[in-house]
Amino acid sequence: MASARDFAESAERQDVRRRWALLSPALVIIFFAAVGPLFIMLVYSFLQKGDYGGVRWAFSTDGWFSVFFQRDIFDDTLSFADAHISILWRSVRLSLMTTLFTFLLGFPTAYFIATRPEKSRDIWLFLITIPFWTNLLIRTFAMQEVIRNEGVINTALLWLGIVDQPIQIMYTDKAILFGMLYVYLPLMVLPLYASLEKLDFRLVEAAYDLYATRFQVLRRVIMPLVKPGIIAGSILVFIPSLGAYVTPRVLGGGKNLMLGNLIELQFGQGRNWPLGAALSMTLLALVMVALLIYARQAQSRSLRHG
Amino acid sequence: MTGDIVPEKPVRDAIEVRGVSKIFGAGEGRVAALDDVSVSIRENEFFTLLGPSGCGKTTLLRLIAGFDFPTSGQIMLHGEDIAPLPPFKRPVNTVFQNYALFPHMTVAQNIGFGLEMLGRPKAEIEARVAAMLKLVQMEKLAGRRTSQISGGQQQRVALARALAPAPKVLLLDEPLSALDFKLRKEMQIELKRLQHETGITFIFVTHDQEEALTMSDRIAVMSSGRILQVGGPRDIYDHPAERFVANFIGDTNFLPATVLSSAGGKARVKLASGIEIDAPLPAGFTPGSEVTVVVRPEHARLMREASTLNGTVENVVYFGTDTHFHVALDQGRGFVVRQQNARSGEAGVSAGDRVGIFVGDGAAQVLKD
Repeated sequence: MASARDFAESAERQDVRRRWALLSPALVIIFFAAVGPLFIMLVYSFLQKGDYGGVRWAFSTDGWFSVFFQRDIFDDTLSFADAHISILWRSVRLSLMTTLFTFLLGFPTAYFIATRPEKSRDIWLFLITIPFWTNLLIRTFAMQEVIRNEGVINTALLWLGIVDQPIQIMYTDKAILFGMLYVYLPLMVLPLYASLEKLDFRLVEAAYDLYATRFQVLRRVIMPLVKPGIIAGSILVFIPSLGAYVTPRVLGGGKNLMLGNLIELQFGQGRNWPLGAALSMTLLALVMVALLIYARQAQSRSLRHG
Repeated sequence: MTGDIVPEKPVRDAIEVRGVSKIFGAGEGRVAALDDVSVSIRENEFFTLLGPSGCGKTTLLRLIAGFDFPTSGQIMLHGEDIAPLPPFKRPVNTVFQNYALFPHMTVAQNIGFGLEMLGRPKAEIEARVAAMLKLVQMEKLAGRRTSQISGGQQQRVALARALAPAPKVLLLDEPLSALDFKLRKEMQIELKRLQHETGITFIFVTHDQEEALTMSDRIAVMSSGRILQVGGPRDIYDHPAERFVANFIGDTNFLPATVLSSAGGKARVKLASGIEIDAPLPAGFTPGSEVTVVVRPEHARLMREASTLNGTVENVVYFGTDTHFHVALDQGRGFVVRQQNARSGEAGVSAGDRVGIFVGDGAAQVLKD
């Protein structure tokens, strides 16, 4: 008996060792490509800035300090870093709005696709994913062609006589919103579709039968049942929106920065790597908070189910 | 007859279907799921739509519920045409084949859903839900999720949910088909009890002829989008109007015969064996016409001596409560006789024996087909 148990235990140990060996390439990649750089960023955020970029290897909290505060050059008084805070707020606000609008546009789209006959659904999904085939930068410039003063929208509005001078969309927050809406819409539609496709439409019939109007069916039956899709889609849109770089750069011009542009600025012209690193960490923290809220939600839901 | 409803109540139509057709598709793929169907369903009645799959019974139910709209014709509820109304404006509720309970709600929330959508006050909903839980004996499971209860319990919740808003008519779409045999028997009795206690008109769809015969006040037998016969279980079984009905409900022997004379719905017919018997006859047959006579296996009797029909026993099949004797008639056809098993032992007839089959005057029925 004892020898049999020994044998089983040694086999299990061997098994565990083999599993680690097989996992090692993936672990190495994850460490060097994901965890490592993040760790370097964290270290940099606590160092002094170098004169021509880079860092000087001495501990300092200046980087973190300047994320939220600024010191007046002349009289040395402390004040909140208004510019940073307003950029942070713009990032959060634009990302939330992008999430909301992609949902408002994406839900009917996903519902439409999910209620098509099975054969034609693939074609609709294919059409939704076509924009992914082109480089983001090119798509953003294409968007510029649509919304600029001599662009498609303004030309059409002028020709129809609805406006007598072009509407200024380019280089405003609206332009950034337009751009992000266009870029991230598929990321909302696909998870919503995945949830709606699994929805048992007999439940919809049952709700109609029990005197629910169309709106009540949507609110009381369809929405609660596709909630996982709504949450997944919102996260997939919100997180990249928060760190968006290309869209605000191209469509927002120089004035309307988002967090991504601010970080790039610190590593480039700003030559303040510790501040850039600290800002990156702040962005990471924001994303983590969003994910934690989601995890909390998911957990409480599974608890209620269990 | 069993087809009659309780006499002290006035006979009123709950649902009247008038010349309803439902056509799916167009051109080459055009399918008439219902072909000019008319039927009246009385108040407080347990009415069954019976037929094989694809006969249009579920389509008719969906038209009454409002999930589909008829291509032509009217559906009257207490004299009012409801065919153009959406489902949420009809005082009709449905028990679905797969129950379609809301998985994100508790048992009690499911049952209260209809009343909530009707905007009833909270106290009334709570009282009604409690009463419904009691009616289907599910009080203990009120707070459970619908995924945490068994199939039979889900069935009860589906019933309670559909009955809670006190509909004028309850539609049941093969509600027992997902249950195992024993549970099905229990639920058949349960359904009859609920119908009796609530006094609501039930329209029940099934392909199970036994279910239809045991539960219904009246049955409509359907085939290929048409209603072939409407009547009480006994009418349908004993006096099938058409060959399809005779064949679909119960086992049947078909015999060719010639009409000799007819008077007052009765006819003298001559069977192929040369024997003459009396049989009820639908209108429209003249002496000399060739007809088909049906005889139920349990209405014929096996004899030792020569009788109405004669043949040789081919097979004896024992069923517990009764025994089936498969007889090859001298005219070349097969004939099945069913005899109840007595306590005293074997029937005493075995394969290869020469037997006579006695078909009494009341046992045969002439078909219209």
